[in-house]
Amino acid sequence: MGYTLFEKVWQQHVVKENEDGSTLLYIDRHLVHEVTSPQAFEGLRLAGRKPWRVSAAVATPDHNVPTAHREKGIIDPVSRAQVEALDANCAEFGITEFGMNDVRQGIVHVIGPEQGLTLPGMTVVCGDSHTATHGAFGAIAMGIGTSEVEHVLATQCLIQKKPKVMRINVEGDLPFGVTGKDVALYIIGEIGTAGGTGYALEFAGSAIRSLSMEGRMSLCNMAIEAGARCGMVAVDDVTIDYVKGRPYAPKADVWEQAVAAWRALHSDTDANFDAEMTLDANDIAPQVTWGTSPEMVLPITGKTPMLADAKDETQRQGWQRAYVYMGLEEGISITDITVDKVFIGSCTNARIEDFRAAAEVVNGKKVADNVKLAMAVPGSGLVKQQVEAEGLDKIFVAAGFEWRDPGCSMCLAMNADRLDAGDRCASTSNRNFEGRQGAGGRTHLVSPAMAAAAAIAGHFVDIRDWS
Amino acid sequence: MQAFTTLNGLVAPLDRANVDTDAIIPKQFLKSIKRTGYGPYLFDEWRYEDVGQPGMDCTNRPLRQAFVLNQSRYQGAEILLARENFGCGSSREHAPWALLDYGFRCVIAPSFADIFYNNCFKNGILPVILGNEAMDVLFAETVANEAYHLSVDLYAQTISTPSGAVFSFDIDSFRKHCLLNGLDDIGLTLQQADEIHAFELKRREAAPWQFSNG
Repeated sequence: MGYTLFEKVWQQHVVKENEDGSTLLYIDRHLVHEVTSPQAFEGLRLAGRKPWRVSAAVATPDHNVPTAHREKGIIDPVSRAQVEALDANCAEFGITEFGMNDVRQGIVHVIGPEQGLTLPGMTVVCGDSHTATHGAFGAIAMGIGTSEVEHVLATQCLIQKKPKVMRINVEGDLPFGVTGKDVALYIIGEIGTAGGTGYALEFAGSAIRSLSMEGRMSLCNMAIEAGARCGMVAVDDVTIDYVKGRPYAPKADVWEQAVAAWRALHSDTDANFDAEMTLDANDIAPQVTWGTSPEMVLPITGKTPMLADAKDETQRQGWQRAYVYMGLEEGISITDITVDKVFIGSCTNARIEDFRAAAEVVNGKKVADNVKLAMAVPGSGLVKQQVEAEGLDKIFVAAGFEWRDPGCSMCLAMNADRLDAGDRCASTSNRNFEGRQGAGGRTHLVSPAMAAAAAIAGHFVDIRDWS
Repeated sequence: MQAFTTLNGLVAPLDRANVDTDAIIPKQFLKSIKRTGYGPYLFDEWRYEDVGQPGMDCTNRPLRQAFVLNQSRYQGAEILLARENFGCGSSREHAPWALLDYGFRCVIAPSFADIFYNNCFKNGILPVILGNEAMDVLFAETVANEAYHLSVDLYAQTISTPSGAVFSFDIDSFRKHCLLNGLDDIGLTLQQADEIHAFELKRREAAPWQFSNG
């Protein structure tokens, strides 16, 4: 019997299988940011420990960094202290850091792939749930807590229980206007935010193979929103072409050797999955979330659900709370929902392809009068450079968008970018939880093109009808 | 880490599904570089009328009276009842730190999000998974009885109610061992340093590109 993609990568990293069923798993790459690492470094110091393999870790500040007037530094003293703590910890322990003013700085899940720090077949961890992103490269990529950040720093390993594996096949051609983000939201709508709990997800099928690496990253990024331990896509030419020539990617003979090994990183035809489902790409329309959980999602053509149609009391109560929080009612059309702010950015959608898609929509148009703020925030300094080299920043600015510096920004509003109470936002980020983008803020998750169209129209519109 | 063995504690019922870690501890409090001090800000947006800021003195902040943890009968609770998928969302360990700092040592729910569940064990918090029927019983009894206490026995893997009902729960044996003994698992892993070194040498040979900047 053959192996799944997940099993192949997992087996290559087993240091030891313990009698109690847990596995000591070797970690190849450890990405570090300022929010979840200070207590881990402090733990090392208190115990007199050193990082096991310092070259495995690469750090960058992303959550707290300002996205405007960076030359002034970080105004908020608490945010500044956290970023300075990262700088000091990296210097003390000898960890490579792309500091706030380095052009390579950016959101960890954007810069890892961009630098070739993320490679196929690796185990990748980061103290951040959206580490799932790196699974787009056929890597096992998991978000971990701070205690595990310390554990990986100290031992280069994690104690893990092997998850089950679920394959989600999306077959057929994705319709025009439907992106990796829409596929992710659609899947979460189908299986729910706990549908993937206890599983590693493999996304497969012709629709997935047709996605660019950017699209695959958006998809795997949101595996955590389905509750999964990680999401993965098999390696193919698209993967290898993306990795080739990246600063930390292997070169020359080693490159050839690596590619030969990476070619095996797909599930065997006779592999067994613990669960499997197949979806039809033609059923997927551009998606918009209406509530306070990513599973509260609808096609752009949909109407908000009737409470009477909830499958049980728990769901009914959840919907009711969401309606109150979101200031919405049952049975209204998604296209009738107006927005106050628009955010294009985050580890889900702040790569070059995302800005190209958004710029195409806003080109020659103006942000609607009812939209108080539209911002486009690149995922890294290098994405920013690329956008500017293509002249896309001028398109955004001409349309009335603010073009910012790289960081997590309004995805979670740890820096100055946030919603005010009651603000309704079309956002390309990954979580629409209560208060996520600012206390009392109301988030609708969409793709970059859908967010751009909402900025211009002032309400949600079907990108398939855009002209 | 503080060991967890047995606990007889006051119970508070949080009757919501999909409680996410942004709700447990909002993002502005993640700027701290410490592991402690998060308790006053646990469930900040649900507990207080105003918007909390790190370092704020919470003693005079306006409370949302309807929120369960603001009710006098639940003051001093050490056991939290919750519904499906508790702790979903972000990997922030600040969520269990906030629960612990507030005083919770045990969370009982029908299901947990993976990362949160794992983070609890690193901090001496016992997350217990019970079926929906058992949860319904515990919620109903907690609401019906003032000063409702449960007895949690990690050795026996049981939860006992005041009326004598006993619910058994499953737990991974390694995690149970660490929790019972308050073990730091970094120390345990480092006992296997020779095996990690041996693995690393082999891996460097087979896949040198994984070590490309080292």
